Parts: sequence; structure tokens; C-alpha cells
Amino acid sequence: MSEVTMPRLSDTMEEGELARWLKNVGDPVAKGDVIAEIETDKATMDLEAFEDGVLEKQLVEEGTIVPIGEAVAVIGDGSGAGGGEKPADAEPAEKQPAAEAKEEAEPAAGADPSAESEPSAESGPSAEEPSGDEQQGDEQTGDERDDAAAASAGDKPRMSPVARKLARDHDIDLATLKGTGPNGRIIRKDIEAAIEAGAAAPGTAAAAPAEPRAQAEAAGGDRDSEKVTLNRIRKVTAKRLTESQAVPHFFLTSVVDMERLIALRAEVNQGLADTGVKISINDFIVKAVALALRQHPDANASWNEDSILRHGRVNIGVAVATEAGLLVPVVKDADRKTLSDIAAEIVELAGKARDGKLGLDEMTGGTFSVSNLGMFGIDEFTAMLNPPEAGILAVGAASPVPVLRDGQLVEVPKMKITLTVDHRAMDGATGAAFLRDLTGILEQPLRIVV
Amino acid sequence: MSAATPDQSAEASGSRVITYRQALNETLRAELERDENVFLIGEEIGVFEGSYKITAGLLQDFGPKRVVDTPIAEEGFVGAAVGAAMLGLRPVVEIMTLNFSLVAIDQIVNHAAKIHAMFGGEVKVPMVIRFPGGGGQQLAATHSQNLEVWYAHIPGLKVLAPSTPAEAKAMLTAAIRDDDPVIFLENLGLYNVKGEVPDGEQVAEIGKAAVVKEGTDLTLVSYSRGMVTALQVADEFEQKGVSVEVVDLRSLRPLDRDTICASVRKTSRAVIFEDDMLSYGIGAEIAATIGEGAFDWLDAPVRRVAAAEVPLPYAKPLERAAMPSAEDLSRVVQQTLDATRFTK
Repeated sequence: MSEVTMPRLSDTMEEGELARWLKNVGDPVAKGDVIAEIETDKATMDLEAFEDGVLEKQLVEEGTIVPIGEAVAVIGDGSGAGGGEKPADAEPAEKQPAAEAKEEAEPAAGADPSAESEPSAESGPSAEEPSGDEQQGDEQTGDERDDAAAASAGDKPRMSPVARKLARDHDIDLATLKGTGPNGRIIRKDIEAAIEAGAAAPGTAAAAPAEPRAQAEAAGGDRDSEKVTLNRIRKVTAKRLTESQAVPHFFLTSVVDMERLIALRAEVNQGLADTGVKISINDFIVKAVALALRQHPDANASWNEDSILRHGRVNIGVAVATEAGLLVPVVKDADRKTLSDIAAEIVELAGKARDGKLGLDEMTGGTFSVSNLGMFGIDEFTAMLNPPEAGILAVGAASPVPVLRDGQLVEVPKMKITLTVDHRAMDGATGAAFLRDLTGILEQPLRIVV
Repeated sequence: MSAATPDQSAEASGSRVITYRQALNETLRAELERDENVFLIGEEIGVFEGSYKITAGLLQDFGPKRVVDTPIAEEGFVGAAVGAAMLGLRPVVEIMTLNFSLVAIDQIVNHAAKIHAMFGGEVKVPMVIRFPGGGGQQLAATHSQNLEVWYAHIPGLKVLAPSTPAEAKAMLTAAIRDDDPVIFLENLGLYNVKGEVPDGEQVAEIGKAAVVKEGTDLTLVSYSRGMVTALQVADEFEQKGVSVEVVDLRSLRPLDRDTICASVRKTSRAVIFEDDMLSYGIGAEIAATIGEGAFDWLDAPVRRVAAAEVPLPYAKPLERAAMPSAEDLSRVVQQTLDATRFTK
């Protein structure tokens, strides 16, 4: 019999959600069979059996978050198949004989000091298990007893005091948390993970009221509607965008003449033909944005409640659509990198994003974001801020527009870019000056390369 | 921190490695020499040199007025010492073990501890009552107890529990020079423990705990003989990459709550190791202290590792099983780490 434990599926993984059981208790399994799906913070991956046998126990339910190394299933010869026994139960079971021995030992010793024959030496009482008196349960026992009551009552989540304090200090919405301590206790690690994941809201995030849900469910009626369970990326996205909506913001749109940039790009890519590197329009835009931000530190900023933080580095987040949801990997120090470096980095980051392999440090630290829907033929759109960044640029498609030039009607590719601005950090004129200079750079693209 | 801590590395010329017993003996000698008002009193401490040889050689050198042999009458000689202290002498009473102090408990609790307050502060009772506590020597239930908590409960007393030879020296010196009655808890299991003891006068500050090993991940609190196990387990976990902070209480009354809470605020995890019984024990007081002073920093319940709630058996395997062990402590430390999903 052997335990199947939560594997480490990525460098940054500390825990995984057992998303779905693919084998039931009693099912025969062969080495290499996928017995469950594990969802990490980045991706969904398969949990494989490492030996042949029968799945005897599922130790956790679907949706449970399990730390690395903790048992999730037991594979054996089939003799032990049965119930979803939780790992926590194993230990008390083991302790049982000791506890019994103690009950014997106490009255015996009290009644007759020559108690040699009563308690056996092996099952001597252990120190952390006070005997006899029901009042003196040790922590383990006490916890389990409470657990039964709490589970049926379904009331407030269990939390360690330091977790409670941290959650309060960081305005963490407890409803979004799942405790990974004993009996689902929310512990410091859980809060720290939530803070890192950006679940922290400056100010209080409005909890989604129950009503929209009811309305949403009523809207489609029953027929053919499918309820899609939220993965972690979608949960975090939903929460952060809801927060983003609370930021007072405005939009500025500019139309960019892309003729020279497109020509330059063709030239540059021709020159790079042998190297395999290909610079996209978006790479030019990222670099141009970085240069414009360098000129406009006011736009490379974050609202910091009691202050405005002007960032020393220019780190550009690039929105990437993946099957699992929207991810925004960050190109660090984009103002100092060459176009080909940026191009290579974005290809790598986007690939990792799609594979669910982005590291946390590759998704954090952004100071400004770029979202490009030009490849979908979108003419123009507005993007939602990615807090705490004070600006995001929405890039549309470069479309041919008829223009009168020297009395001749010519076709010129024009691109609409729309800046979303956190008004607390930046005023209209500041945003406009930034956008004007960005447009200037894009229209004289040699400035990007020199 | 006091003048003497167990981890203090003394200079080559300024210290010697001696036993806890030797440190006590030398300190008694030094104080007898220093202050003519100091005298020793107890059963068999003179001619027989004490049941545990703490007073070896002292009768010979200081004579029967300074080293007083008494009949087996604890209430009588403790009472005599209380009277002597009230009149300006500084008696150091040896009771053979903590267990026999129960015969004199009225003199200790109702007289020594109360007189200063009840006489409007006009009389002092500067006395020390020394005795070893603890089990593990197959002395059976009535001779193996850890009842120091009884005395730690009483205002008017001070209760010291040194865990090393150096502490024994510095704390016994401080106890003899203190103007209040001091219960000085030794331990049968510590008498032969060796350690480096600085030369010269060492006077501990009463009421201060010591962080004898610094750490960041978990606080281990203990005192007296329990410190030996606590440090052993801390080293064991250190090798596994867990940084354990070890706090030696040193003084059970007054209790240094600040040092305990400061440590737990740093580590968020606490385990208490004690030789006495779990219920109503020293550990219960420490756990409550942490609950009051470091609640918002805790990430797991405070755990206690203590003796089984039985009269300590005589049979060696049973005695061993009933006393808290390093294995018990390791297990509970590991459980506390697991409860917070500790990773390096």
C-alpha cells in the first residue's frame, strides 16, 4: 500500500488544488494512469499513479487545496478499499491504544501503588495527551472534536490569530480563502498567498452580492446553459477587475500614423531574417511606451493611498490571452532593452503564460500595461486598469485610412491607441502629454531604435 | 540578559568546566566567606556533607555555627530559619528534596512569604530554601515530584530554577543576597551536568528569562532540567533547517513575560517543555501569557509537552514512559510546524 502525495509541479508551487478525481475508489489503476487533475496557481496538470494497484482511498475531496507532499490518495492491493478517510484521522487512530492504556493506568495507580501489571510499558502515556479527565483534551483531540461541530454548523472559518490580523490589515476577503492548516484552518501562509495573488484590496472590495448570481442564473433559463467552475486565474481576474472598477479613471484616445513604423519594421525584420528573430508591431509599441514613460515619470506611477509612488524602473505588463484566462507577464526594464531583446522576451513569456508556467516574479512588478487586440481587427477599445498601475494602453488594429497628401488621395495605415488613466495619480494634461509624445515616437519610429 | 547565561563563552583564563554540584558548593563557600550573616542549615548537611554532597567540606571549614545540622524536622528548621532571617541573618536552608518541603509548607507559604507584607514592610525575610526536584532516578512517586509551581503561585516568594552550572552560581549568589525569601530549585538530574562557569563574582538578575539560543521559526520554552532536552531537540531541528529559539525561564517567579512574548511575536509558534504535570502547570501559565501577550502573532495553538498525569512509577520502563522525553517534544514541535505548513 502506498500513498500518492501532492507533487511539486512547478518551481513556485507550494500547494495544488485537487480539481477533479478521474479514478474512483475501487478502480484498478496502472502505473502512469492519470488518477486526478491538479490545478496549481498556474496550470492544470495530471496526477499520475506511480504503481499498479487499486485506488483504495481518496483522502481529499475535489476542490481541496493540498500542500506539496501531503497524501491525497492511497493505492493498494484492493483489500483496504473504502471510505474517504482523511489523513488527520490516521494519527488519532494510532494513538488510540495509548489513550486506552492511560485510562487503565490511572485508576490502577490511584487505587494500588503496586500497579506493575496494569499498564504495559509500550503503551505508556505520552506527555501531550493528558489522561482521564475529559476536560484536558490535547490540541489534536480538541480540534477534531470541534471540527465535527463546525462542519455541521458551517459557520465562520477557522483562522489562526496571526492570519486573522494579517487579513484585517490587508483587507483580505475571507470568503475567497481556503484554509490549508489542520481542519481547514486559515493560517498565515494562506493570507500571505492571498496578498501575493493580489487579493488584497486597498479599501474594501465590494463583496459580490448574491443577487447578480441569481439573475445570471435566471437569464439563460435552464436549457443548454453550462455552469463553468471558476479556476484560480478567473477568480483573481474577477476580483481584481472589480477593484479596478472602483478606481476613478478616464480615457484618452490618439490616432497614430503607422506608415513609417510598418516600413521600418519590414526593414528591420529583413535585416534580422537570418537570426530567426522577428519583431512585431507590439514589440515596437512596448518599447515606445517604455521610452515615453521614461520621459514622463508622472505616468509611470501608482496611487499609494497617502502618496503617489513614481517608479524608478519601467516594467511593462503585456496582456496575454490564454485558455485558462488573462495573464499579464511583465517585461522588466523595457526602456533599457533592445527591440530584439523585448521581442524574444515577449515570445518566451507568452509561451510560458499559455503553458501555465509563468513564475510569480514574471507576473509581478509591472508599472504600466499594454493590451493589444489589433490582431482581432478591433479598431479601438478601452482597457481596464491593472491596479496598482496608474495607466494601461489599449491598442487597436492598424487599418488603412484614405488621406489627402499633396492633393493625392493615398492609403495610410492608422492605429488608434487609448490610454486609461488612474485620475488619482495623474491628471488629464499629464496623460495627454504622455500620449502625445508616445504618438510622436511611434510616428518617428527611428527614435525607438536609436 | 543577566550576567551569566548558559551559552556565554568565558575566556580561556576566566572560567572552568565544573559540575552543577561543584558550582553550588563553591558559591555557598564564597558567600559564607563574604558575609558572616550567611549560614547553612538542614538535615545531614554537616558531618554527612549533604545527601547530594552540595555542602561537602563546609562544616570542616566554617564550623557548626555556620553549617548547622538539624534533626529530621523540616517544619522546625525552616521555622528557625524564618526567625533568624527576620532578625538579620541570611539563612540558606537545604531541604533534602522538594518533596519534603511539603512538611514545612506552612512555614514557607504562611510565614516566610507573608511576613514582610503583613508587618507593614518593616521586617524582611532574606532567606534561601534550596532543594532538588524532579524524577528519573527511580525514587518512586513520593520522591520524584515537580511541585515548584506550588511555590511559583505564591506572592512574597521568588522561585529560581537554574539549568546550568554557570546559572547555578550566578543565581544562588543573587538568591542569597536578595532580601526576599527565595525558593531555589535544583534538580537531581542536573547535579552531575558539567558546564563552563566564569570565575569571579557572578550575580544574576532575578526575574529575567534568557534566550539561550536564537531562532526565527519556533519558540521552545523550558526551565531547569527540561532545558537539556529542549536544547537537544532544538539542535536536532536546526540540522533539519528549522530555526528554533530556546527560552530558559530561569525565574519562575517573577516570570519574565516580556521575553517569552517577544520571542513568540517573532516566531508565531510556541511549544513548552516541562517536567511537571500538564494540568495547572508552569506550561499552562506560559501558554496563558502567550495568549495574552502575543495572541495576534500566533499561527498555531501553543502546545505543551509535560509528564503523564500519574504518580510517577518506580519501575524504570514505566518511569521513563511517564516522563516527557525528547521524542515527545520532537513530535509536538513537528506537529506545530506542520500545522502552519512550515517550509524552509
